[in-house]
Amino acid sequence: MIATDVLKFAAGSVLGYRARTLLTLLAMGIGVASVIMLTALGEGARRFVTGEFQSLGTHLLIVLPGRSETTGGPPPLLGETPRDLTLDDALALERSRAVRRIAPIAVGSAGVSYREREREVMIIGSTAAFLDVRHLKMASGRFFSTSHPRRASPVCVLGAKLKHELFGAGPAIGRWVRIGDRRFRVLGTLASEGRSIGLDLEDIAIVPVAAAQALFDSYSLFRVLVEARSDEAIPRAKRDILRIIRQRHEGEDDVTVVTQDALVATFDKIFTALTLTVAGIASISLVVAGILIMNVMLVAVSQRTTEVGLLKALGASSGAIMRVFLAEATILSLVGAAVGVAVGYAAIRFVDRAYPLLPLSMPLWAVASAVLVAMTTGLLFGVLPARRAAKLDPVAALAGR
Amino acid sequence: MIQFRHAQRLFTVGDQVVRALDDIDFDIAAGEYAAITGPSGSGKSTLLNAIGLLDRLTHGSYLLEGTDVTRLSDDELARTRREMIGFVFQFFHLVPRLTAAQNVELPLILSEVAPGERRGRVSEVLKAYGLTDRAQHRPNQLSGGQRQRVAIARATVTRPQLILADEPTGNLDRASGLDAVELLEKLNRSGITLLVVTHDPELATRAPRQIRLVDGKIVSDSGAGKSQ
Repeated sequence: MIATDVLKFAAGSVLGYRARTLLTLLAMGIGVASVIMLTALGEGARRFVTGEFQSLGTHLLIVLPGRSETTGGPPPLLGETPRDLTLDDALALERSRAVRRIAPIAVGSAGVSYREREREVMIIGSTAAFLDVRHLKMASGRFFSTSHPRRASPVCVLGAKLKHELFGAGPAIGRWVRIGDRRFRVLGTLASEGRSIGLDLEDIAIVPVAAAQALFDSYSLFRVLVEARSDEAIPRAKRDILRIIRQRHEGEDDVTVVTQDALVATFDKIFTALTLTVAGIASISLVVAGILIMNVMLVAVSQRTTEVGLLKALGASSGAIMRVFLAEATILSLVGAAVGVAVGYAAIRFVDRAYPLLPLSMPLWAVASAVLVAMTTGLLFGVLPARRAAKLDPVAALAGR
Repeated sequence: MIQFRHAQRLFTVGDQVVRALDDIDFDIAAGEYAAITGPSGSGKSTLLNAIGLLDRLTHGSYLLEGTDVTRLSDDELARTRREMIGFVFQFFHLVPRLTAAQNVELPLILSEVAPGERRGRVSEVLKAYGLTDRAQHRPNQLSGGQRQRVAIARATVTRPQLILADEPTGNLDRASGLDAVELLEKLNRSGITLLVVTHDPELATRAPRQIRLVDGKIVSDSGAGKSQ
């Protein structure tokens, strides 16, 4: 039998037993669709998280007080330190040639009020560099001037939501708001930025770092964002930061420097592993679908025993019979995989529209692997029924035994 | 054309050995028409299966056109069936999902005949058997007689030298049965060797030669010694 005839004959059988075919396609389709869907979800989560970290800034290093170390009790995220990270520490980092600019950050929570309206929000204290380091944009007004960071000027910038809650559609620039027990003049409002690493940038107020320290009566910094001059300067910037802080902290290495790339790479690895894990779990359904194909094909062989006997009587070799049944299994797997890809694509589009924040996409490698695994399992599990058909004794088969 | 010598086909059932064919010797000449008769269980179908290369002899020799087919591999037996033998069965054995034309085409597909030539030969055979207007009908849309005509058309489409018919009228009414037999006899008159297994005495007596089997042995052969 020539290849095209084998395919035509097998396709005829697939079309001839529609209920059987539909059930098999459904099983294989669900298997492939679940692999694609779960992989897309994992990939979407990976892209979302890494995108979040990448959006923090460019060539970014984050200096945190404390150091990872072995402790006696339950492990804290970072080791405790007797020395705070101060504004002077942060400003000292500007001495490094590898550093373009720094943005010290002090954080606290306070009520922000304008006339009778008040809202409890996160207050961020920083410097003029914060806007550029974090790639934020202004919707109106201006950010802090580059005056000396130690000056606690009574000015603030409001997030888009906070501005709307306090002022509605009215103007905010130039108005005085109360933050905690102090008054601040509104310089501008941030453009709508959404959330970033759990921080709602729309519902914050930014004040000069010295003002925040006075407001919260604390001279320690939450962290310092450092922008290196280039990608190549990042290792040098990290070395310089550790050296400068060590000098200022009496020889103690009591800060942790995290690079943005390391963060992104770590989350990239975690989510890639997660994606592969869920894809692996979903692949089990493909194996189950393969077993279903085997069962369906075994039933097909017993249903079509006389047909196999007839083909043998007409001169079909065992090889030809085997090829016909293998072609049937392959067609079922291939069409099932195509159905799965279509269903998976439709489901991704649906979820994408329902949750536009999650950047879902159908990874080509996942589609290729799902189709390959589907075809391989279909073919592998098709071998046993095909061999059984090929080995049928023609006389017994013609008698339906 | 066919030469059986000391042919035996033994089956083991439990600890019993059943001699379905027991030391059979006979010759069939090319173009001959013979009926194989006998009571149920006499070995008629076993003999037809052995002649048709669907089954192998346990002992003895079988020469088909001078070739000792007992030494052939399964694939060689399949090729010999494709090239030399046509089968007609009592229950037609048409593939239900295929049309009449597709059923007739099957042996040509197995013989890897080119599609263009296939179409020509199928329509030629269907026309010869008066089935042109039934070409696109499936077996369940055909009468018993028409189904057997399709089966005969399928058996002859490869232009075999030997046609083996197992109870070809067994599942047909009298008129359709007669029609089928006349078609087969017409083929024989064109030079094709025809062997018919039947327990119908009327059908058997139409054949110039009758071979009667009882308990796996030939008990009478009206043509013994004539076919060389």
